[in-house]
Amino acid sequence: MADWPLLSMLVWLPIVGGVALLFMGNASHQAIRMTALVISVAMLLLSLPLWTQFDSQTAAMQFVELMPWISSLNANYHLGVDGISMPLILLTTFITVLVVGAAWEVIKEKPAQYMAAFLILEGIMIGTFAALDAILFYIFFEAMLVPMFIIIGIWGGPNRVYATIKFFLYTFFGSVFMLISLIYLYTQTGGFDIATYHDAPLTYRAQFWIFLSFLIAFGVKVPMWPVHTWLPDAHVEAPTGGSVILAAIMLKIGGYGFLRFALPITPDAAAALDWLVILMSLVAVVYIGFVALVQKDMKKLIAYSSISHMGFVTLGFFLMWSIMENTGSLSGVRMGLEGGMVQMISHGFISGAMFLCVGVMYDRMHSRMIADYGGVVNSMPIFAAFMVFFSMSNAGLPGTSGFVGEFMVILASFKANFWFAFLAATTLIVGAAYTLWMVKRVLFGEVANDNVAALTDINRREFIILGSLALAVLALGLYPAPLLEVMHASIDNLVNHITQSKLPG
Amino acid sequence: MNFVAPALTPATPEIVLLALACVVLIVDVMQKTGSRMLTYTLTQITLLLTLVSVIMTRADKTILTFSDTYIQDQMGFYLKVFILIITMIAMVYSRDYLRQRKMERGEYYLLSLFATLGMLIMVSAYSLLNIYLGLELLSLSLYAMVAFDRNSSRSSEAAMKYFVLGAIASGMLLYGMSILYGVTGTLNINEINALLQQGGDISKAQVFALVFIVVALAFKLGAVPFHMWVPDVYDGAPTSVTLFIGAAPKLAAFAMVMRLLVSGMGVLHEHWQGMLIILAVLSIGIGNIVAIAQTSIKRMLAYSTISHVGFIILGVLAGTRDGFAASMFYTIIYAFMSLGAFGVILLLSREGFEADEISDFAGLGRTHPWIAVILMILLLSMAGVPPTAGFYAKLVVLKAVIGVELTWLAIYAVILSVIGAYYYLRVMRVMFFDAADENADHSLATSTDAKVILSVNGLLMLVAGILPGPLLAWCISSM
Repeated sequence: MADWPLLSMLVWLPIVGGVALLFMGNASHQAIRMTALVISVAMLLLSLPLWTQFDSQTAAMQFVELMPWISSLNANYHLGVDGISMPLILLTTFITVLVVGAAWEVIKEKPAQYMAAFLILEGIMIGTFAALDAILFYIFFEAMLVPMFIIIGIWGGPNRVYATIKFFLYTFFGSVFMLISLIYLYTQTGGFDIATYHDAPLTYRAQFWIFLSFLIAFGVKVPMWPVHTWLPDAHVEAPTGGSVILAAIMLKIGGYGFLRFALPITPDAAAALDWLVILMSLVAVVYIGFVALVQKDMKKLIAYSSISHMGFVTLGFFLMWSIMENTGSLSGVRMGLEGGMVQMISHGFISGAMFLCVGVMYDRMHSRMIADYGGVVNSMPIFAAFMVFFSMSNAGLPGTSGFVGEFMVILASFKANFWFAFLAATTLIVGAAYTLWMVKRVLFGEVANDNVAALTDINRREFIILGSLALAVLALGLYPAPLLEVMHASIDNLVNHITQSKLPG
Repeated sequence: MNFVAPALTPATPEIVLLALACVVLIVDVMQKTGSRMLTYTLTQITLLLTLVSVIMTRADKTILTFSDTYIQDQMGFYLKVFILIITMIAMVYSRDYLRQRKMERGEYYLLSLFATLGMLIMVSAYSLLNIYLGLELLSLSLYAMVAFDRNSSRSSEAAMKYFVLGAIASGMLLYGMSILYGVTGTLNINEINALLQQGGDISKAQVFALVFIVVALAFKLGAVPFHMWVPDVYDGAPTSVTLFIGAAPKLAAFAMVMRLLVSGMGVLHEHWQGMLIILAVLSIGIGNIVAIAQTSIKRMLAYSTISHVGFIILGVLAGTRDGFAASMFYTIIYAFMSLGAFGVILLLSREGFEADEISDFAGLGRTHPWIAVILMILLLSMAGVPPTAGFYAKLVVLKAVIGVELTWLAIYAVILSVIGAYYYLRVMRVMFFDAADENADHSLATSTDAKVILSVNGLLMLVAGILPGPLLAWCISSM
C-alpha cells in the first residue's frame, strides 16, 4: 500500500468517478446514489492511510509524487502533504461522504449531475491541498470554481444566477493577481516549485506586491472583511450540499493559502503588513458578528458567523510578529498558528453541521426564515438536541471543538496585545448571542404554526450524518492532542522559516 | 549569365494545392446543378494531399528559395499544418449549413481552396511582394465568401464594408512597403533586415514606413482602433464564412506579423513595441468591455476575437523568443476555440433558425447536454479558466510580458480578462440555468461527422489543457 500513488488516487478517483456518473444520467436514482456513496466512502477509507502512516516527527513533505509535466515551462506534477495539508484532506473526504448522504432523497432533479459535480469538486479540492507545484496548485484552485458555479446555478435558490456569477467573478478576480505573482516568481527562480519559492530571496518591493496579491486571492477565498460580500449570497442560494462544502472546505483553502504561500514566500512583507491583516480579522470577528445578529435568514446568519469565525483563523496566523515584539520570544507564536489550524478544522465540522441542520429543516418546510419557525423542539426533539449541541459549539462552548481553536487564538493574542485579545474575546459574547438567539427563536417557544407542528423528526440517515459530525466535534473538543501532534513539526518549521528574512543580503 | 533552376521542394504544398484546386474547378463545372458532394469530397482530398505534402517535404533546417523570396522553416511547417487541419474541419462544419440554405455551390469550396492557398503563401513569403500577393489572394477570396448569401442584404453590406476597409488596409500596407523599399532598395526580408541593422541611426523614413505597415497589420488582425469591420463582418457573413474567417486566417496573419516585424524590421523593435502596446491595451479593453453589451452571439464572439488579438499582440510586443512562441501558441489555441464555438452555432442552426442570438441557447443544457458541455469547455477556454488550453495560452503570453518587465501590462490584461469572463459566463448561464422554450423545435439537422469532429474539437481544448506540453514545445522550437 505504501508504494501506491495514494495522493494521485485521491485526486483522480473522484474525478474519474464523477465523469462516469455523468454518463449514468439515465440510470435509476438508487443506482446513482449508491455509486456516489461507494466512491465517497472509498475515498474516505483511502485517505485514512495518510493519517495512520503519517510521520509526525518531520516537517518534510510525505507521500511525495514527482513527474515531469510541462517541460518547456519547467512545471511538474508534484504532489505531497505535510502536517498542514493532511488534516485538511481528511476533512475533505469526511465532509464529502456526508454531503452525498445529505443529498440522498432530497435532490430529485438531475441527481447524477449533482453527485458528479460534488465528486469532481472533491478531487479538485484534494488536489489544491496536495499540489506542490505552483501551476498545478493554481489550476486546481481555479478549476474548483466551475463545479461550484454549476452547483449553485442549477440546484440553488431563486436568486441563484446572481449569486453564482458573483461568486465566480469575485474569486476569479482575486486569483488572477496571484497568477501574476506566480509568474513573476517563475522569472526569478526559473520554475514553479513552491519549495523553491520559499527559499528564493526577494526584495522588499517585490515581496510587498506579491504579498498583496496573495492577500487579495486568499482574502477573497477566506473570505475576509471587506471582500466577504459574495459569501452570504452564495450560501443563501446554494443547495445544502453546496453550502456545506463551501463553508467546511473551500473557505479553508484561503487559510491554507496563507500558510503555504503568503507567509513563507513573503515573510518580510507579511511582517510589515501584519497590522492590516490583524485589523481586517478583528473587524471580521467583531463587526461581522454584529451583522450576524440581525439576520432574518438562518443560512445568512450562519454565513456571517462563518466569516466571523474565519477571522480567528487569519488573526491566529498573523499574530506572530506582535507576539515577538511584545514578549521577545517565540513561545506564543506556535499557539497562534496552531489555533488557527484547529479553528479551520473545527469550523469545517461545525459550519457543515449547522448548514446541514438548516438543510434538514428546509427540506421539510422549504423556508430558511427564522420567523417561519418556532417550537420545533416539540415535533423534532432529536433534531433539536443536535442543533442545540452544534449551536453551543458554534458559540465556543468548552468541551467542543469550537472552544479549542478560539481559546488558543485568544491566548496567543493576549501575548501580542491586550486589545487584540479583548476584541477577539467579544466573539464569545456576540457569537453566543446570535447563535443562541436563533436557536431560541427557531427551536423553542410556542409552536409557531401548523406546519411546524406537523414536522417529522430526523430519520436514520440524517441521524447518522449529524451524529458523526457531533462525534467529531466532541472528539476534537475533548482531545485535540492527536491533531496538534500531527501539525507540530510542520508548524515549527514554518515558524522558523518565517522568522528569517528573505531580503537579499 | 547562368540560370539556376530554383529549388521547388519548399513550395510543393502550394503547387499541389493550386494544381488540385484547378482540377476541382474543372470537375465542378462538369457537374450538373444539385448536390455538390463530389466537389466537397474532392476539396477535402485536396486539403488532405496538401497536408501530406507539407509533412513529406518537411526539412529540419531553414531553406530559402526563388532568389531568397520564399522560406521554409519550422514555424512555417507548424502553421501550415494547423491551417490545413483547421480548414478541413471548417469545411466539415460548413457543409450542412450550406446545404440547408441552398447555398452549397462549387464556388464556395473553390474560394476556400484559393483562400487556403493565399494563407500558405503568406506563411512562406519572404519578400514584401510575396507577402502582399498571398494576402490579396486570401482577402479577395474572403470578400467573395462574405457576400456568398447573395439574397441577404446584410451579407452584401458586410462584404462591401469588408472590401472597402480591407482595400484601404492593403493600400496602407503597399504604401508602407514602398517607403521601406525606397529606404532600403530591396524587397527581400533578409536584405531589409541586414540593411536596417547596418543603418546605425534609424531614419524618420524607416519609422514612417513602419507606422503604415503596423496600421495595415492591425487592420488585418482586427486590432483596435482598426477593428470596425470585425463585428459587422462576423455578424453579417453567413455563419460558415464567419467560422472560416475567424480561424485559419489568424494563423496566416500571425505569420505575416512575424515575417514583417520580427524577421524584417526586428531592429526597430523599440519603435514597434510602443505601437503594439497601444494596440494591445485598446484591443483587450474595448474587446472585452463592448462584448458584454452584445445580444448576438456572433457579435459577442467578434468582440471577444478583438480581445484575443490583443493578447496575441501582447506576446509579439515582448520581442523575445518566448514571446513569439507564446503568441503562436495563443493563435493556434484561439483558432481551435473559435472554430469550435462557431461550429456549435452551425450545428444548432437549421433552415430558418440561425441560433445566432445568445437567447437561442436557453436551456441547451437540458435539450442537448453534450453539446452544452462542449460549448462550456470552449467558453471556459476562451475565458482562460483552467484546466483548459486557453489558460495556458494566457499563461505563456503573460509570462513573456512579465519576462520583459512590463508587469503593469500583464496586470491590466488579467483584470480585463476577469471582466471578459462575465460574458462567457453569461452564455453558460443561459445554457444551463435558463429554461428552454417549450414550444420551439429543438431537433438537430446535422450529420454525424460534424458532431463527432465538434466533440473532438471541444475535448481537445480540455486535453491540451491537461497536457499542453507538446504543442508548447513545438511553438518554442519554431522560433
